[in-house]
Amino acid sequence: MPEQPAETGSGFGRVLVAVYAVFAISATARSLVQLVLHFDEAPLAYLLSAFAAAVYIVATIALARRGPTSSKVATVAIGVELVGVLVVGTLTVLDPELFPDATVWSDFGAGYGYVPLVLPVVGMWWVLRTRARQRSA
Amino acid sequence: MSLWFAWFVALAAVGVAAYAAYLLVRDRPVDNPLFYLASALEVLVLVQLVAGCVALAGTSRDVEGVTFVGYLLTCAVIPPAAVVWGVAEKTRWGTGVVVVGMLTVAVLVARLVQIWGGHA
Repeated sequence: MPEQPAETGSGFGRVLVAVYAVFAISATARSLVQLVLHFDEAPLAYLLSAFAAAVYIVATIALARRGPTSSKVATVAIGVELVGVLVVGTLTVLDPELFPDATVWSDFGAGYGYVPLVLPVVGMWWVLRTRARQRSA
Repeated sequence: MSLWFAWFVALAAVGVAAYAAYLLVRDRPVDNPLFYLASALEVLVLVQLVAGCVALAGTSRDVEGVTFVGYLLTCAVIPPAAVVWGVAEKTRWGTGVVVVGMLTVAVLVARLVQIWGGHA
């Protein structure tokens, strides 16, 4: 394989950006439907969905863009995502009645094949690895 | 919507994903056959988009229309987006993008069938 430039959006990162884009789009669409059509039913859960969608959008764009600022933004966004899925996952397992309707992060993302739990771990590994390679280059 | 057609689309998407996965394992970038397969799938999801909208307009079922059409549209957007994003990466990871895109289409079609059945 040819030498890869150390960028978060190339090589394996290309696939990572694709998965993040899928989650950004689906979380955004879902949250728009929830907020517009059913906001009164579960305002807290729906605001949380909107927040998660925003985090996925920021992470997708930051991973796809080049440069040190983007990789810093990606690190922060993925960190927030990891904390989000762990906190919301724990809360929803301990108290299933807390949110009347599910969010992406409920039950550690069980409704999405646990991808929301695995994604920030892989994402964080990739961003830190890329930043280390940028420093050593 | 004819359920058999939806399942056919889902199966076709899994088939394209399998071929892309084969290329991924063989360490190959997106090739011409994969491009044509993805294009053929795009034709199928466009037919599904039209058929789905027609079926939605003619049904008395309690289907959440906005979500349903949203899924239909997303299905139609993913194959071209995945190919464009994947072709630009001249390594095995370019085909990896197509694997992700095609599996996403398959999942979305499965969700479409669920929404059609009233399990939103």
